[in-house]
Amino acid sequence: MSNSQAAPSQKIKHSGGIADRLYTLVVAVISIAAFIMVAYPLYFIIIASVSNSTMVNQGQVILWPKDINLYGYEQIFKDTRIWQGYKNTIIYTVLGTLLNLLVTLPAAYALSQRKFRARRFIMPLFVITMYFGGGMIPTYLLIRDLNLLNTPWVMIVNGAISVYNLIITRTFFETAIPEELHEAATLDGCSHFRYFISVVVPLSKAVISVITLYYVVGHWNDFFNALLYINTDSLQPLQIVLRNILLSNQAFAGGAGSGAGAGAGSYAQQFADQIKYAVIIVSTVPVLIIYPFIQKYFEKGVMIGAVKG
Amino acid sequence: MVLPAVIYIAIFCYGPMYGIQLAFREFDFSKGLTGGEWAGLKYFEQYFNSPMFWPTLRNTFIIAFFSILLGFPMPILLALVVNSIRSNRRKRILQTTVYMPYFISTVVLVALLQIMLSPTTGLIDGFLKALHLIPADTNLIGDPGAFVPVYVISAIWQACGWNSIIFIAALSSVDAQQYDAARIDGANRWQTVWHVEIPAILPTIIILLIMNMGSILSVGFEKTFLMQNSLNKPVSEVISTYVFNVGVKSNQFSFGSAVGLFNTLINFTFLMLANALAKKTSKISLM
Repeated sequence: MSNSQAAPSQKIKHSGGIADRLYTLVVAVISIAAFIMVAYPLYFIIIASVSNSTMVNQGQVILWPKDINLYGYEQIFKDTRIWQGYKNTIIYTVLGTLLNLLVTLPAAYALSQRKFRARRFIMPLFVITMYFGGGMIPTYLLIRDLNLLNTPWVMIVNGAISVYNLIITRTFFETAIPEELHEAATLDGCSHFRYFISVVVPLSKAVISVITLYYVVGHWNDFFNALLYINTDSLQPLQIVLRNILLSNQAFAGGAGSGAGAGAGSYAQQFADQIKYAVIIVSTVPVLIIYPFIQKYFEKGVMIGAVKG
Repeated sequence: MVLPAVIYIAIFCYGPMYGIQLAFREFDFSKGLTGGEWAGLKYFEQYFNSPMFWPTLRNTFIIAFFSILLGFPMPILLALVVNSIRSNRRKRILQTTVYMPYFISTVVLVALLQIMLSPTTGLIDGFLKALHLIPADTNLIGDPGAFVPVYVISAIWQACGWNSIIFIAALSSVDAQQYDAARIDGANRWQTVWHVEIPAILPTIIILLIMNMGSILSVGFEKTFLMQNSLNKPVSEVISTYVFNVGVKSNQFSFGSAVGLFNTLINFTFLMLANALAKKTSKISLM
């Protein structure tokens, strides 16, 4: 991707005019500023998580960690709430994403088929839901009436399909997979299911990776559904646990933590910030790890679907 | 093959739409969603006459307005910059970095803001004070006047890179011949941006602007909710947090539904208006 992007701009040789040089300068300044503004806070969290909290708060930790210790991480390691949250989030993310793919991919395939007549009225019905919905209360009552409140299922089933991802996938199937393939397969006596599984899916790794990442990040960071629909402690996902530790300062109030053993509920105040930084890293790293693997497909995958709306 | 999706959408998206009638009924716990007595527009009137009507509407509008005004052009600018970097390696490093904050959850982002903006020990707070950009006694987390800037700027920090992807992708499809032609006509780099690159991504810009207009009042519940505290509540109570607070927390289901429906209707009106306007002026539209 980046090769094809670079091609046009590389063709513009600098004529050496003042305007062009000024342009290059402005681009350089903005890109360096953007880089620092994003990279530095992220880097700071990392060094702050292994440094002495007092020195961090005094502003002594700027470029390198000081008085390195892993106290924050040790404390997290002992905290049962975080591991319970981790376990729940992993379950919700894995099952939820699987369900997402099982619902989205076949639907996108069917809707990409020109011979499928019903798509003309199914598609608008889907798109409407992107902009118009029942709202928080009717949805809450529906979930309640379906007996999904306080069950892991609400975290997995609710949001089983995102119309945005469906559109991206459908458009990919329409544009990137030649119709002749289907004709050839049909001549060989291949059914839609067979064709979908053995031809379409293997050819669509790019778009499948992109929407998988979208879904994974969505489940991993899902806070809203848990806030609304889950109030059993043992079912809480990581984000709710994080809120309790990071924002409500429950961790420091002395055992106010949910269902954790004594000791895990309260941290020493002086290490509070160090633990917070460590918690942030421990909870964010898993998503960041997946991302570089999928990055190369990004622009292609996103572009193909989004512009057609 | 489309059946699971249709069933899901029917139950989870159209089901609640059927439940909208709750906004016009007296909610009855024993009779469920649609069993209550018909109440007409009572709950809408209750909202319009309540002291929370103007504050919630105003706060929602202000946050949404500044989010679009400042947040929408930034990714376009970033995309133009990224597109102009000629070293592939530098481009890649910049892109990878600016996409990254998007993967941070709202909970963690708000926690970060709290730590970094802390009036005594915060990194950003200290930095701004050292430069005398803010008075020494400012508390960026508690100050009602700081809520909107903090909300909008942190949103840009988090999503600008991510949102630029689509424009970068659009820019990559600009025909190399157009650049050559511009150069032969004697255009400098600024003029190329203005006459070649911006027109090339204009359709994308318009479509995304329409889509953003459609959610103008859906100010992010999560972030507002998490950033809310007793000090900033006068400016941070938006319609969605209000629906949660009165509807779910205090079980006023019918009233909450009415407020929510009001929000949805305004969103939809904006979407339609923006769409119609774009259709008229540029012949580009969503539907």
